[in-house]
Parts: sequence; C-alpha cells; structure tokens
Amino acid sequence: MDPTIDTLSVPKTETNKKVKVKAAQPYWNPYLSGFGLGLVLLSAFVIMGRGLGASGAFSTVVASGVNAIAPHHASGNAFYEGYLGDGTTSPFKSWLVFEVLGLIIGGFISGALAGRIKKTTEKSEHISFKMRYVYAFFGGALMGIGAKLARGCTSGQALTGGALLNVGSWIFMLMVFAGAYGAAYFVRRQWL
Amino acid sequence: MSAPFFKFGLFGNEVSLIVAFVIGIGFGFFLERAGFGSARKLAAQFYFRDMAVFKVMFTAIITAMLGLFYFSWLGWVDLSLVYLTPTFIWADLAGGLILGIGFVIGGYCPGTSGVACATGKMDGYVFVLGLFFGIFAFGEAFPWIAGFFNAAPMGQITLPQLLDIPYGVLVFFVVLIALGGFLLAGKVEKYFAQEDAGKAL
Repeated sequence: MDPTIDTLSVPKTETNKKVKVKAAQPYWNPYLSGFGLGLVLLSAFVIMGRGLGASGAFSTVVASGVNAIAPHHASGNAFYEGYLGDGTTSPFKSWLVFEVLGLIIGGFISGALAGRIKKTTEKSEHISFKMRYVYAFFGGALMGIGAKLARGCTSGQALTGGALLNVGSWIFMLMVFAGAYGAAYFVRRQWL
Repeated sequence: MSAPFFKFGLFGNEVSLIVAFVIGIGFGFFLERAGFGSARKLAAQFYFRDMAVFKVMFTAIITAMLGLFYFSWLGWVDLSLVYLTPTFIWADLAGGLILGIGFVIGGYCPGTSGVACATGKMDGYVFVLGLFFGIFAFGEAFPWIAGFFNAAPMGQITLPQLLDIPYGVLVFFVVLIALGGFLLAGKVEKYFAQEDAGKAL
C-alpha cells in the first residue's frame, strides 16, 4: 500500500476511532455503476412487475412501532393501517422490508470488498460533529415527510417511475433537484 | 416468455421475498460501488463538484427504460402488469421539494442511508433516526393532510399517454436528453474543478 494515499484520504472524512490504515479502492465509474443499477431495476420489473423502493420499509418499522405501543391509535389511522395489513401476516413479511435488508447486505459486501467499511462521519472540516448530527436528523425528518407525501423516495419514485415514464415521478424528480439546489447554498459549510 | 414472472404466477409470495432480498443485494451493491454510501459524494452533486448522482441515476433510468421498451416491443413483458404509482400533482410537487431540501441538509436519501449505515457512517445512523421521526410525524398528521395528499388525482398515467406521443419516440427523446445531460455534467465538473484550483492558488 502506498502510504501517501492514506494521508490524503484520512483528513477528508474525520475518523472517530483508530482504524487500520489501508487505502480504500476508488469508486466505480458512475456510468458503470448506473448501468448495473439499471439492470437491477430492469430485473425487478421483469421478475416482479414492480420497481425498487426504500422508504416503504422504513414506514413499516414506524407503523409497527406505533402499533406495538398504541394499537388503537394505529388502527384508527389510514396511513399506519396501510403498512400493517389485515393482521393475518406479519407486516415485516413485506417485499420492501426484504429488499432493504438485502440492500444493507449488498452495501456491506461492496464496501468490504473495496476496503470502505470505516467508522466515520461525513462532513467538511468547517462544522462540528454535533452540528452534522443535527443536520442529519433534521434532513432525515424532512426526507421522511417528503417521501411519504410523494408516495415514494428517490428509489420508488425517481428511479422506478423515471424508467416507467410515470408523470408523477418526473414531476417529483424535477422538484427534488429544484429543492436540493435551492437549499444547497444555506448548508454549504457542512459540505464544502 | 411471459413476464413479469410473478404476475403470471411463476412463483408465490414466499419466493417473492427471496427475490426481494437478492434484488436488494444488487441494489445496495451498485449504490455503494457508485460511492453513494458517502454523504459528501452525494451532496457534491448540488454544488456542481461531482455530478455522479445525476450520471448514475440517469444511466440507470435509461438502461431500465430501454430494456423494458424492447422487451415489451418483442412481446416478452406485459407493461400493463408493471405497477405504476398513481400521480397526484400537488403531493408529488410538494413531496419532491421537501425531499430535495432534506436531501442536501441530511446528505442521504432512504436507500443510500441504508448503505451508509452498512459502511459505518455515524451520520447515516442519525439520518435514519430522523427519517423514522419524519415518517412518524407524517403519520400523526395524516388525518389533517389526507385531503392535500389525495388532491388532483390523475391516476396511473405515463408521459406518452399524457402528451399523446408514441412510447418509442418519448423513449428516444429521454435518451437524447440524458446524453446531452451527461455531456453537460462533464463540462460543469471541469469548470468547477478549475474554479476551485484557481481559488487555492
């Protein structure tokens, strides 16, 4: 391993703990990863008759949590009910839950093969860890609200609906880029 | 060949969960390969420093779109059996905008946050907590926002149907737009790389 690579790459993502000094492999060419992702999406269409998703699995977790604590409250709410089903099978026996479990494993496999599993926090050197976590939580909350409002996230709407030429998905996708570019200026210190 | 296989009863619900798991592995694998387990890499898109989000997304979209187009043209896939999320203009507009703002603040989207957690990103875990909170907030507010959520329903509708343009023609245009976008993305990256280098001097 070339030690100069490490000294260049370490300060960018601040490391919380002492980690094995080993150079991570570079990411793949975006067009190659995009092609692979497209083939995965295409196989979902051909095998299942549906696309990819992610936010739905997180909704199942939330709905099940609410149901466990306050079952009457959950059953009286059409949103939670949609994820809980009729009660004959576990809500976790859902397609999206299994797909997201796979996603986590697949991400880990790729990261491990490339030497990219590292306990880090992604931010620029201009903001503190605490601020980064505040931003991450707040951004995640907005993401959750937006994804539920739009009936899907970057996976279920943008990717899947984009490939299906779905009208709502293309409206959604344009708005995602508009929102992100519009807000980028205000959080630039976090990233640049 | 009759596809989608699941819709033609080639396998049942139990097997579909295994399929989901395997497809998920592929999904997560390519997201991580692209560098999408890293919030800095994702956020760089919105500062024109690294257009990988656009490149990966649109390469995936045109790959799957072209594949589906040819398979349906050959009569292999019955497109009417592929699920289409119904369009609700106001919810799609507002949801997209809020999600976009959340994307650049939080640094991830739901799928990429899973990959971030799998590769050890602490901010990814915090993002997921926020995601749960946001979904919970939406669920609690749902009785009051259901009207807006279901406003202006257009049903399951595609761009070729809406614009009354043949499917193949629209596919061709989307590919052209994407290729133009890739060309432009490369130029934009180069421009900002020079800008940054100039500043550093």
